[in-house]
Amino acid sequence: MDRRTFLKSSAALAAVGTVAMPYVARAQASGPIKIGVMAPLTGVVAAGGREMVDGFNMYWEERGFQSGGRKVEIVVEDDASNPDTALQKARRLVEQANVDMLFGNLLANTGLAVANYVKGNGTPYFIPIIAADDLTQRNRIKNVIRVAGYTASQFPRPLADWCLKQGYRKVATISQDYTFGHEQCGGFCQTFTEGGGKVLGQFWHPLNTSDFSPYLGQLANLGADVIFCMETGADAARLMQQYASFGLKGQIPLVGAMNVTDQSVIRTMGDEVEGVVVAAHFAEGSDNPRTKEFVAAYGKKFSKLPSLYGFSMYSGAMWIDEALKPLNGATADREAFLASVMKTDLVNSPLGTTVKLDAFGNPIYDVAIRKVVKNADGKYWNVPIASYPQVSQFWKYDPETYMKQPPYSREFQGIKKS
Amino acid sequence: MASPVPNPAPLPARDTGMSRLAMGAVAVGALVFAVLPLLLPTYQVSILTEVLIFAVLAMAVDILAGYTGRTPLCHGAIFGVSTYVVVYWTAHMGGSPYVGAGVGILAATGVAAIFALLAIRTSGVYFLLLTLALGMIVWGVCLRWTSVTGGENGLRGAVRPSALADGFSFYYAVFVAVAVVAFLMWRFVRSPFGLTLRGIRDSESRMRSLGYNVPAHLFLAFTVSGFFAGIAGALYAMFNDFVSPSTVGLSQSVEGLLMAITGGVGTLFGAFIGSFAIIGLENLVSLYTERWQSVLGAMFVLIMIFAPEGILGRIRRFVAQRRR
Repeated sequence: MDRRTFLKSSAALAAVGTVAMPYVARAQASGPIKIGVMAPLTGVVAAGGREMVDGFNMYWEERGFQSGGRKVEIVVEDDASNPDTALQKARRLVEQANVDMLFGNLLANTGLAVANYVKGNGTPYFIPIIAADDLTQRNRIKNVIRVAGYTASQFPRPLADWCLKQGYRKVATISQDYTFGHEQCGGFCQTFTEGGGKVLGQFWHPLNTSDFSPYLGQLANLGADVIFCMETGADAARLMQQYASFGLKGQIPLVGAMNVTDQSVIRTMGDEVEGVVVAAHFAEGSDNPRTKEFVAAYGKKFSKLPSLYGFSMYSGAMWIDEALKPLNGATADREAFLASVMKTDLVNSPLGTTVKLDAFGNPIYDVAIRKVVKNADGKYWNVPIASYPQVSQFWKYDPETYMKQPPYSREFQGIKKS
Repeated sequence: MASPVPNPAPLPARDTGMSRLAMGAVAVGALVFAVLPLLLPTYQVSILTEVLIFAVLAMAVDILAGYTGRTPLCHGAIFGVSTYVVVYWTAHMGGSPYVGAGVGILAATGVAAIFALLAIRTSGVYFLLLTLALGMIVWGVCLRWTSVTGGENGLRGAVRPSALADGFSFYYAVFVAVAVVAFLMWRFVRSPFGLTLRGIRDSESRMRSLGYNVPAHLFLAFTVSGFFAGIAGALYAMFNDFVSPSTVGLSQSVEGLLMAITGGVGTLFGAFIGSFAIIGLENLVSLYTERWQSVLGAMFVLIMIFAPEGILGRIRRFVAQRRR
């Protein structure tokens, strides 16, 4: 071996040694319960990802990082809002850090990638944020459970029913053009048209649209009784701002998917958000004592009102904690662990009501129709104005029959021809 | 027109074969990749698999950037087309993964041929921009053609052949495939055809006046490079069992190019070093900080200042100087 090859090979070996080093110490079976949390800490939805981790940690801090008599250790990984990275991080958590379960992810594509991976190896994976319909419907994976989460089309259905009760008969929709939008709009349109309503028009715009005026102009002239919007993040903020500056606010009522008026969006906004109505499981302005307690504790810790992300991860952690108690924290038998999660009822969550899972691993909620109003501190928040008890992801349909219809897409919105 | 990529490393004088030194280095490199998985836990084996797959992509980029003097920004898209086709073929049509890989590579080659027809008229920055635009078209189609590509959510399924289900045997399958592909590429760039490409890189007008059909050579080089990128894409489909628009996105093309540059443009096997450095650092640095992208950025700046010819290029130059 000459000098150069020697240098080259020893450099390579040294590099490998450094890469491998952090993993040398492996966990023992009797050690702590290890939970791998993936959240987008960089990339387009980093703000939400940060709140996910905050909510999750907040729960375990309150419990002193203990569950069922065992210590709980949390390993956080950044999925970078990218499905390939998410997949890589899931591999690291499972194969390297030897976690007992995976938790989290925000964007549907990251969650679907990870779900496909755990399908192969059986690691329990809990998704309080990922709302992609089919994960708990047509393509259900047994070890993927939506603790304290929801399916995209679950909540727009009671909202559509509420709209019909208000006497609205004609709707126009505007939504981001991707699966999460197609599913939420589909849920709304199907229930709305089956109840006798009409869809006058649907507009799909790309993510990160800065100028909504072409859409708003057309929306204004359709003669709709109500407009349904499905937006997330900055798009939601811009839509509501431009809706108000177009003079449509107060003219045509605006209803939407719950992301539109999530705290992560309206926290920094002004009067333009007032009066928007959405349907959700959680309303931070509810006067339920448990909700009040959680909102106060969260506010004390982070000086802001909790968003969907903080709430969901907090409640998801609670769900797992409750499921581990009867097992004395034993996670080694995955079958028993998953079965325990499935039969655990979430009692003490910030919702203040009891939540059960359906047979597909998706929770059944008392859904609140909530409206954005100003609270005593001058901040805007969501206050429940009506309630739909026990809404499952299948609404009033029989699950078998329902799953025979195609998944929602731009082409299929479940609109009933009258 | 100046190429946007630093000048390729000077080639060793005896160009037809490989010096004993270089052969020794290649043997050691191959040995490292062959033995390492035996020493590493499974997660690192999956990282090494990724290193090998991306090295093929970076070598494909190097055929154009290093040997032909045309820096492409569409190879992520060509790579991804193959990945999409393989996943679609196996997961949605229920086909065999081996046939799927063939179809995927064919599709990637086809896309590369179409891109080549459009792009070979240009050079320098215009080539860069045109290939960038072509890559973005593929990305846009994958994002919007929801009924086929699954849109933002992408496609999933069990793609990897069941015989290679565990990471260990899959690694060695990839290792063998990559070794064959790397040898083919090495033969390709050393062939008379490859030497003609280098002639075109150095002086297009001279090659034309010597009677070479420059556009035909460029077209073939582009298509062959796309074929190899397609192989990498097919392997990636089996590796990930998943594909989404980020696989065909601009960042994928840039990553391939950065690996080629880091290793050394015009060195071919430098791609392995580049791929190892970038993927390794990504995984190592992200253990300690979520600002790992800044660290990578700083590393590129340092490489551009101190080793603009890439790591392998720098080593070669160092050796050449010592010999003098």
